[in-house]
Amino acid sequence: MSRFWSILFFAVPLLAIGVYLAAAFGAGPFAGAWMPESYSEAGDTIDHLFNFIHLICAGILLITGLAIGWILWKNSNAGSDKPALFVHHNTRLELFWSIIPAFILIFIAFYQMESWAENKMNRPQIEVGGESVDKPPMVLVRAKQFGWEFHYAGEDGLVQTADDVYVENILVVPVGEDVVLQLESRDVIHSFFVSELRLKQDIIPGMVQFAWFHANKTGELEIACTELCGWGHYKMKGLMRIVPREEYDMWIEQQTLAYQAPMAVANETEEENGGGTP
Amino acid sequence: MGTTSPEAKELDSGARSPGSAGRVNPIVYFVSRYIFATDHKIIGLQFLFSSLIWMAVGGLLALAVRWQLAWPWTDMPVFGPWLFADSGGTITPEFYTMLFTMHATIMIFFVVIPILSGAFGNYLIPLMIGAEDMAFPKLNMLSYWFMWPAFACMILSFFMPGYGPAAGWTSYPTLSALIESAPGSGHAQTLWTLGLIFVGIASMLGSINYITTIIQMRAPGMTMFRLPMTIWAMLITAIIQAFALPVLTAALLMLLSDRVLMTGFFIPENLSVNNAEGVAGGGQPLLWQHLFWFYSHPAVYIMILPAMGMVSDILSCNSRKPLFGYKPMVYSICAIAVMGFIVWGHHMFISGMSRILAVSFMVSTMLIALPSGIKVFNWIGTLYGGRLRLSTAMLFAIGFVSMFIIGGLSGLVIAAPPVDIHLHDTYYIVAHLHYVLFGASVLGVMGSIYFWYPKMFGRMMSEKLGKLHFLLTFIFLNGTFYPMHLLGARGFPRRYADPYEMEGMAELMPMNEFMTWCAFAMGATQLIFVLNFFGSMLFGRRAGRNPWKANTLEWTAPSPPPHGNFDFQPVVYRGAYEYSHPEVVELEGDVDYFPQTAGSAAAVSESQEV
Repeated sequence: MSRFWSILFFAVPLLAIGVYLAAAFGAGPFAGAWMPESYSEAGDTIDHLFNFIHLICAGILLITGLAIGWILWKNSNAGSDKPALFVHHNTRLELFWSIIPAFILIFIAFYQMESWAENKMNRPQIEVGGESVDKPPMVLVRAKQFGWEFHYAGEDGLVQTADDVYVENILVVPVGEDVVLQLESRDVIHSFFVSELRLKQDIIPGMVQFAWFHANKTGELEIACTELCGWGHYKMKGLMRIVPREEYDMWIEQQTLAYQAPMAVANETEEENGGGTP
Repeated sequence: MGTTSPEAKELDSGARSPGSAGRVNPIVYFVSRYIFATDHKIIGLQFLFSSLIWMAVGGLLALAVRWQLAWPWTDMPVFGPWLFADSGGTITPEFYTMLFTMHATIMIFFVVIPILSGAFGNYLIPLMIGAEDMAFPKLNMLSYWFMWPAFACMILSFFMPGYGPAAGWTSYPTLSALIESAPGSGHAQTLWTLGLIFVGIASMLGSINYITTIIQMRAPGMTMFRLPMTIWAMLITAIIQAFALPVLTAALLMLLSDRVLMTGFFIPENLSVNNAEGVAGGGQPLLWQHLFWFYSHPAVYIMILPAMGMVSDILSCNSRKPLFGYKPMVYSICAIAVMGFIVWGHHMFISGMSRILAVSFMVSTMLIALPSGIKVFNWIGTLYGGRLRLSTAMLFAIGFVSMFIIGGLSGLVIAAPPVDIHLHDTYYIVAHLHYVLFGASVLGVMGSIYFWYPKMFGRMMSEKLGKLHFLLTFIFLNGTFYPMHLLGARGFPRRYADPYEMEGMAELMPMNEFMTWCAFAMGATQLIFVLNFFGSMLFGRRAGRNPWKANTLEWTAPSPPPHGNFDFQPVVYRGAYEYSHPEVVELEGDVDYFPQTAGSAAAVSESQEV
C-alpha cells in the first residue's frame, strides 16, 4: 500500500510541472491558459521574471516533492525489524538548507527591483527648458461604477483644461511612445488592468495615481477593472486601441469636432450663456 | 509552573460529576454541562462542531460560486429555484458578490481560525502540558459565548437587502463604508462589521487564556523545550492574535462609525456614490487597507501555524522518529511570527501606497519564505529513515506538507512586485491562498481530527473510509485549485460574476467547467467524512488510552479524559519526540516509544504490562 501512496505523492511535482509546461506551450486543453502576448518591453521583463521565479520554484518543488515520494517508496521495503533512525538534528544540514535558500531569496529580491522601478517609480521624463520633468499625462482616466471616462489632453497637451476631449470606455493611444495616464475614481476603489501591457493600478477615490506604458505593437486590448467595485464589477470593461501616431492624431481631431468635453461645455455655458456648439 | 489546586476544581460551577447527574433534571444537566461549560474539552468540542457546521455552509457557498463560473446565468440546481423563483433559479450579480464575500468571511473567521485555535487549542493545550484545565475556565466559556452574537449577525445579514454583505471579505471602503455604493452595503454590511467585532473579542479572550495557561500551568518537568510543537505553535499563534487583533477591532469600529455615526475615517472629501448626497469625508480609504492587512496578514499565520504544529506531531509519531530539528522548528515559528508583522504591505503593492515602500515589503516577504522553507526541509528530514505508519492522519499530514510546498512557492512568485502587477487580483492569488488555506490548513485540520478523534470520543475512526476520504479530497482539491494558477497567468480576474464578458476569457470556460466538476466531487467526498465522523462515535473500535503509541501527555489520560483530565499527576522527564530511543528499542516486545511521563526505560516496559 505504501507504493500506492508513494506514486500519488510522486505525481504531485511531476504533474504540477507538466501542466505548467503544457500551458506554457499551449498544448491541447491548456491552449490560451497562459500569459497573453506582451505588448511592451516592460511587459517582456515581467514575463522573464515570471518564468525565472517559476523555474526556481520548479526546482525546489522537484527536490522536495520527489524526496517525499522516494521516502514513501523506500518505506514499502521496510517491513523489517530495523528500528527507525534515532536522530534529532544535524547542524550542518540545517545550515545548508538555511543559507542556500537565503542566498536564492536575496538574489530574487534584488533581481526584480529594477523592473519595479521601471514600471512604477521612474515616470517617463521630458525636456523642458533644458530641465528634465515628469511627462504630463496624455489622458485623465476617471473610473466610476461601472465604466471608464477618458478625458484626452487637447491641443495644449494638458488634461483638466478647457480643450479636453471626453470619450467613454474607449482609450486610443499611440504606439511607440511613452503614454502617461492620470487615474482618478469618482466613487469606490477601482483598478485599471490591461493584461497584455502587464499594467495594473488601483484607483483610490480622493487620490491621484499615475500609470505609464510604452506599447510596441498596435492592436485592440481589453481594459478590465480588477478591484471589486460593486455588483457590476464584471462588466466594467473598456476598449484600448493602440494605433500609429498619425491615426491617433486623426482620431482625436474627429473627436474634438464631434464632442465638446462636458467641462468645456459647462464653462462656456457660464460665460457665454449657452453659446457653445455641441 | 504548577497546576490548579483541587479547590479550584470544586469551585468550577460548570462541572457536575456523572454520578450526580442522575439526580439532576436532564435539562439542567445539559445546560450546565454543554452551555455553561467551563471544561476546556467541552468548549473545544463546541468550537469543533460549530466550525464544522459553518464549513458546510461555506462550502455550499463556494459550490454556488463554482456553478456560476462554469455555467454563468444558467439555473442553479437545488437552491436556485427556491431563492430566485421569478427567474427560475439564475444567480443575480448581487447574489454572486455576496457568495464569495460570505464564503471567505465564513471560512476564515468561522472555520479555520476557530477550528485551529478554538477547537484544537482548547482541547489540546491543557492535555498536552499536563494541566487540569485552562488558567481561566470562565473566560474560556465567555470566549465561545462571544461566537454566538457573531453567528447571529452573520445569519441575520443574509436576510438583509442585497442578500448579504457584498464588499468582499476585505471590505475595502468606500464600497463598504457608503451605504449607497452596493445593494449589500446597507444593514448587511453593518451586521458583517459587528459580527467580526464579536469574533475578535472571542479570539482575544481565547488568546489571553492560552498564553497564561501555557506559561503558568505546565506539569512539573515540562520545560519550554520539552513542549510538543503543537503547543509551541498555539502559544505563538495566541501571541500574534493578542498583538494583531486590537488593530482589526479598532479598524472595524472606525468603519462602523463611518457607517453609523457619519464620521469620515475612510471616506475622502467630495465623494458621491450613485447620485446620493455627499458625506462629510476628509478621510483616506487606504488607511483601512493598512489597518486591515496589519491584522489579516498575521492572521494568515494564525491560520497555518497551529496546523504546522499539529502536523509536526503527527509526522513524528507516525514516522516513529524524533522530530527532525526541534529547535530550528521552534525558532522558525518565532521568526515567522515576528516577521509576519512587517510584511502586510505585500497585499498592497499596486494599491496606491508609496511605491518605494513596496520594495521594503518585498524584501521582508522574500525573507519570511526562509523559515517556512526550513520547516518543510525539517518535515522531510523527519520522514527520512522512519518506519512510516501510513494511517489516515499521517496521509493528511504528508498531504499538508506536499500542498504547503506548492502554496509556499506560488507565494514566492507573487511576492515579486513586478510579477504581482500582472497577477494581483487574478485567479493566481485565489490559487495561492487556497493551496495554503485549503491544501495546507484544512488538510492539517483533517489529519488532526483523525489523529485526536480517539482521544476526543474514545473510539477509532474507520481507516478504510478515512483513506478513501483522503485520496478523493487530495485528487479533487488539486483538480479544483491547480488550474487557477493558469487562469491567473492569463489575467483571469477574480470576483467577476461573468468573466466571459471579456472576449479573451471565453476560451477558458472548459477549464472552469472541469474545475467545477472537481469542486462538486470534492464537496461530495466530504460526505464520507461526515459518515465516518458520526458513525465512528457509535460503532468505532474502542481506542484505549494510547492507540497511536504516542509520547505526549494527552495519551496518558483516559479516552475521553474526564473533567480534570488526568487520573494521576503527570510528571515530565523528557521531550515529546523520543520515538525509537535506543534504550526502549532494546526492551522486549515491540516498544519504540518513550512517553514523556516515563522516568526510565524500565517504566516503559512496566506500563506495557498494565
